[in-house]
Amino acid sequence: MNNVQNKKRANKSLPFFFKDEFKVFFVIIFFSTILLISTFTFDKVPPILNRGIQPATFPKGLLVLIMFLTSIIYYLSFKNPWKKEKKLPKPFFLTILSFILFVVISKTLDFFLAISVLSIFVSYNWGERRVFYLLLVGIIFPLVVFIFFEMILGLRFPPGIITNLYYY
Amino acid sequence: MMAPLFSSKLLIVLLFGTLFGLILGVLPGLGPTTGGALILPFTMTLDPLSAIVLLTSIYCAGTYGGAITAVLINTPGTPAAAATCLDGYPLAQKGEAGRALGMATVSSTVGGIFSVIVLVFFAPVLAKLAYEFGQPEYFALAIFGLTMLASIGEGSPIKNLIAGAFGILISTIGKDFMTSIDRFTYGINELSVGIGFIPVVVGLFAISEMLTQSTLLDQVFKRVALKAVKLPSLDDYKKTWKTILRSSGIGSFIGVLPAEGGTVASLIGYSEAKRFSKEPEEFGKGSIEGIAGAEAANNAATGGAMVPTLALGIPGSATTAVILTGLIIHGVRPGPDLFREQPDFLYGIFGAMLIANVLFFIFGFFGAKLFARITLVPNKILWPMIFAVSVCGTYSLSQSIIDVWIMLFFGVLGFFMRRFGFSVVPVIIGLILGELVEGTLRQSLVIFDGNWFMFLTRPIALTFFILSLIALAFPLLRSKKQKN
Repeated sequence: MNNVQNKKRANKSLPFFFKDEFKVFFVIIFFSTILLISTFTFDKVPPILNRGIQPATFPKGLLVLIMFLTSIIYYLSFKNPWKKEKKLPKPFFLTILSFILFVVISKTLDFFLAISVLSIFVSYNWGERRVFYLLLVGIIFPLVVFIFFEMILGLRFPPGIITNLYYY
Repeated sequence: MMAPLFSSKLLIVLLFGTLFGLILGVLPGLGPTTGGALILPFTMTLDPLSAIVLLTSIYCAGTYGGAITAVLINTPGTPAAAATCLDGYPLAQKGEAGRALGMATVSSTVGGIFSVIVLVFFAPVLAKLAYEFGQPEYFALAIFGLTMLASIGEGSPIKNLIAGAFGILISTIGKDFMTSIDRFTYGINELSVGIGFIPVVVGLFAISEMLTQSTLLDQVFKRVALKAVKLPSLDDYKKTWKTILRSSGIGSFIGVLPAEGGTVASLIGYSEAKRFSKEPEEFGKGSIEGIAGAEAANNAATGGAMVPTLALGIPGSATTAVILTGLIIHGVRPGPDLFREQPDFLYGIFGAMLIANVLFFIFGFFGAKLFARITLVPNKILWPMIFAVSVCGTYSLSQSIIDVWIMLFFGVLGFFMRRFGFSVVPVIIGLILGELVEGTLRQSLVIFDGNWFMFLTRPIALTFFILSLIALAFPLLRSKKQKN
């Protein structure tokens, strides 16, 4: 309990733009505004064909509702500040980096290779140093999954430098 | 009723589903919702009944499986087992892990079977009522479902509402189903068919959990040794039978409401067990009644949550949202017509849930020690493997790499949502109900000639709107009462 109060107090002493409450409020309002503006670019149904409401009306209403509710939670946070979250550790950022690597490799080189690289990268950065286990998560298991999906579910994976060796 | 279940194929599916569900339940961070989403692409090779039997058996066994981890390592395998930790682990520390797991197994089985009976009797009644529903009533019902989820679900009701509205917003991406006009597609062809359910659910549950686990690498679990699961003694039964029955009733009722099913049910079941107990001071120190109260309630919520899912097409929990998707993918439209046109299919599901409860009793009783060992698989090996299955599973549904990007995006988004106190469950339910909400609203407005006040002239719709207002006011009243 004391711990939570301490965390809340710590959060209270920060300038408003560093507080989680403001960051969350800002991000939601920012993206909602962009989306709301984009709804004005949706095509309109001609009045003669229009039955009920225009296609843009419903998403507009939802976005306004989201912005209104977000303002309420931000207002309420003045009375009851959120507890300050712990700083994110290094493995978290490395895991995010592995996702970026995955996207780049799967787009440019090979889907299967991307899975292998991500698995080994994540496992290593989470503390695994034994080569057998790195090979297990990076090569043996993805291979089993690949074969299972390919042979049993009849899935065709996107072409790439390694996948092509299997298909041709 | 049970005839279709005597086919060897379905029995194998049931056995596999129960075993797989137990493993998912035991592993902290996974659970029946994530597991169900991961296995959904594999069900495409099965016929509709086998697919749904697989998903429901995972649901039943996964909900129970969480208790094993809760008792032995003080970490709930599933959120629904959180209340079980409170007394399960202290009892295990006293050297009575076998007794604690025995009580968890028996009460889970009784709760589960009780809820299947509720499902068998209550779902057809609700489906019959749904014949009276037109578009305005379905709109009001969907709104009621979302507000209930916001108010009863975990965390802040306003944040839950934002998450629900965001889920509905996602469902509007793609071609408008009434006019074929593109919305939020920004010229990307792949988006014109909308965002699939699987990439979102796998992202929000599996990938965001992977990111959460990356922040918990220094966490050390202390596992209590387990010799064997013991059947509760006669004294234990005498002490707990009323609690088990009460919690079974509570769990089934909470399950029927569109909320976070087992999680809320187990907390209420636990607190009611404490309120009615002759030894409330024992709660939190290893009370056998506490374990019975929580476990009977969370498993009773499984059958309860299936009631609105099958009868109305409104999911009663996150896992039933996955099951609902499974039904839709296989061309089965839940609702009153399903009860009239495919009774055998429904009896197959009811029977499968009944058998799954018996199977997890047997597996839990004789295999808990083995399942407990699964928790020894380190996260640094487990999660990269889950990632590989998530990626291939997501890709397999429409063989689109865009779906994999969407999964990763929602994984990161889900992590930050959870970090700042937004539940991801309302997003899923909002996504599922989005088309229903928008479709019924727009069709109602066509019927009403654009007059919004006409909703108030429909008694059933009006009742649902009033209930929605009550649901929204409930958390405010509760917090005022707590302050007083």
